[in-house]
Amino acid sequence: MTVVDGALASGPPRRVWRNRLFQGAMLLCMLVAFGTLAVLLVDTLVTGWPALSSQLLTGLPSTLPEEAGARPAILATLYLGALVLLFSVPIGVLTAVYLEEYANRERWWNRAIEVNIQNLAAVPAIVYGILGLAFIVRGIGVGRVVLAGGLILTLVVLPTVVVSSREAIRAVPDSIRQGAFALGATKWQVVWRQVLPAAIPGIATGSILALSRAVGETAPLIMVGAITYVAFNPTLFGAYTALPVQIYNWTRQPDVDFQTLAAAGAIVLLVIVLTMNAVAIFLRNRYRKQW
Amino acid sequence: METPRIDSGRIAEVSHGLDRSEVERREKVFSVADLSVSYHGKTALEGVQLDVHRNTVTAFIGPSGCGKSTFIRCFNRMNDLIPGAKVEGTVLYHGEDLYSRDVDAVEIRRRIGMVFQKPNPFPKSIYDNVAFGPRVLGMKGSMDERVEQALRHAALWDEVKGRLKDGALGLSGGQQQRLCIARALAVEPDVILMDEPASALDPISTTRIEDLMHDLKREYTIVIVTHNMQQAARVADMTAFFSVIVEEDGSARRGILVEYDSTTKIFTTPSDRRTEDYVTGRFG
Amino acid sequence: MSADVTVARPAVVALPRKRIRWGEQFVHLILFIAAAISVLTTVGIVLSLLLPALEFFREVSPLDFFTGTTWAPLFLDAQFGVLPLVVGTLMISFWSALVAFPLGLGVAIYLSEYAAPRATAFLKPILEILAAIPTVVLGYFALTFVTPFLRDQVGVQVEIFNALSASLVLGIMLIPTIATLSEDAMAAVPRDLRDGGYALGADKLQVSTRIVVPAAISGIIAAFVLGFSRAVGETMIVLIAAGQLAQITFDPRETVETITAFIGATGNGDVPTGSIEYKTIFAVGLTLFVMTLVMNLISIRLVRKYREVYE
Repeated sequence: MTVVDGALASGPPRRVWRNRLFQGAMLLCMLVAFGTLAVLLVDTLVTGWPALSSQLLTGLPSTLPEEAGARPAILATLYLGALVLLFSVPIGVLTAVYLEEYANRERWWNRAIEVNIQNLAAVPAIVYGILGLAFIVRGIGVGRVVLAGGLILTLVVLPTVVVSSREAIRAVPDSIRQGAFALGATKWQVVWRQVLPAAIPGIATGSILALSRAVGETAPLIMVGAITYVAFNPTLFGAYTALPVQIYNWTRQPDVDFQTLAAAGAIVLLVIVLTMNAVAIFLRNRYRKQW
Repeated sequence: METPRIDSGRIAEVSHGLDRSEVERREKVFSVADLSVSYHGKTALEGVQLDVHRNTVTAFIGPSGCGKSTFIRCFNRMNDLIPGAKVEGTVLYHGEDLYSRDVDAVEIRRRIGMVFQKPNPFPKSIYDNVAFGPRVLGMKGSMDERVEQALRHAALWDEVKGRLKDGALGLSGGQQQRLCIARALAVEPDVILMDEPASALDPISTTRIEDLMHDLKREYTIVIVTHNMQQAARVADMTAFFSVIVEEDGSARRGILVEYDSTTKIFTTPSDRRTEDYVTGRFG
Repeated sequence: MSADVTVARPAVVALPRKRIRWGEQFVHLILFIAAAISVLTTVGIVLSLLLPALEFFREVSPLDFFTGTTWAPLFLDAQFGVLPLVVGTLMISFWSALVAFPLGLGVAIYLSEYAAPRATAFLKPILEILAAIPTVVLGYFALTFVTPFLRDQVGVQVEIFNALSASLVLGIMLIPTIATLSEDAMAAVPRDLRDGGYALGADKLQVSTRIVVPAAISGIIAAFVLGFSRAVGETMIVLIAAGQLAQITFDPRETVETITAFIGATGNGDVPTGSIEYKTIFAVGLTLFVMTLVMNLISIRLVRKYREVYE
């Protein structure tokens, strides 16, 4: 990429033009992608701005758009996020530790676990919703409650947490492990006291990105019963609706005012999601290379 | 003593070493017999036999690929951590089989410490680096005193005493390596293994480490691997020269021990032609 | 100075006997259990799809299911031909691929061969932001901006719910996936190959298209396959913008229903558990799962292939 494009500055004109065109075309691809992003953000902001009010944030839903608020949905989204964090990080990190530090690659079952996680990462979110529908809501019968939604979202993002944690663990130089072993530390002591502390920034980044994805997921929640109309604050074992689902429902209403509300809800959701992403990117850059 | 065949002026003075009879009077710390190491079936090192004695410095020299690092890792069972590595033969530590089934390899490493080629301090404070070993091993007593003693023994105390909480990675290369030595000393080992401890350091740091070895050998037994012959000549009492045998078709290489004797002898009147060729720089 | 703690040389005692470290064993067990959860998830998914689907196929013949051209499971005279859903899914995925593949590859080439490192450091996070937009917001955008835009500004007569809007937005959504995977593949191509081309007097266009892209081709195809698979599995954009009219058509201006949209719409409603309508969710879900699984396996295999070559 640091190649001097000397061939382009002077050369047969057709060649120079061909190259400029090509470069332009590639640049155009970028512009289309980013341009669309910009249009989306601006359009959402402009459409939703009128409805953005404390009413929206703190009020309860209503059949009248002027009075509708999304407080239960926002709270539920925050609870779901907390549940996802609570479950997916420990399970994901421990799985990653197992695969990176403990599992003997020559055993077939360990390879199977690895392949399995790769596959799970690519399963469509709605299939997790079906899993949730069958087992959690109707099968075991926990019901259409916040806890069920949290569990299902955990499963959706678990593969991502495992993959990013593995990368963070792998990035810890082996010389550190060798040095610790040479002092007489046991495997778990090496992992717990040296490897994991060194891998924390990478793990944190990956977890926050996974969380941001979980918070924006809609399809699985629809399947496990984030009910349409909830006019009370959510509790762990109570009915609920989440912000993305609320937006979806408002979108479906023919009344234009609800469309505006949907846009406003979208702004709130975008703020939450993009803030998390920004934090993750900041963490990643801050702790980039320590060694 | 035979008249030296080699003009030892070409090699740094070989005067620090004990002579062989003096060494052999000391207790045997390690006794290696017919040792072979293979990785996934491929032999890396074959038929090694030697004894390491207490409070001496023993050096392993030889061209690259001759298995010196592989060999030194046998002494603290670090090869156990490499999947596919197999050690055959006997290694006796103070008369007992180091590789016997009911020996705890983890505990062994406390007694037989190791310093690596590239200094590898933990990304923690200087204090926490030195304290790590005692902490994980549950050693009792004042940690502050332990840390200070270890740093003193490693000739690093004066330079860091005011900044123990600072990050270890901020130290210079030579200081980091002495920190790694202090770290190993903190767990009160019996033996210290050093795998090319100064090869990544500048000459001045190297000299400090070599001086340190002289001090340390009063209390510990030291084994070092070095590719620098002059260093072996400067610090070691006994020197083992390893070389490589290449299969006729060039496919496999095996390391073997060629000669093991007092340093003076190896560098002035070696018995084996190959040793002579190596120490006079004719090959390697 | 502190009291000189004499470092006691250990009297050489017998070698430490091996003892079972119960703590270590326990930890190993816990870790294995954590890893097993992912296996349980897969088992759960397979079971939750397979069992009801099998029940479904006892009532509805698989032949009718896979070859029937009318999908009307909730009607009185129910029809269970899944083809309209499959066609809807594939059509939308096709059109979105038409958008995402060239644009995604273009972005990748730009980032890999043209952009200065400082620009890349700035552009890649923006790509990540695009990837982070929740799909419900994208669906909303497709319905409320893209569709009117197509109708009014561009003049294409699309239905309110149509495949085209959904495909366009879905395509844009896939660009980050395709771009990052393709760029990884291109970055793995050794510098020497490029230098060889430049040294022969090739220009950047030629080196990029004739050396780098072919060398990275299996990774790029893996990216395409994965992108297509994600298009097939995507729910919210199509649910909101493409509609729920299960018909076989190849005109993207019309309303269609995808597999995912059907599942999303039906699973939400109050379909009684155990009814045939309920079981259609699982039969259709199984179809979807198998489709995406096959594509993912192909993609993984391709990635492994290009990694082997260069790493």
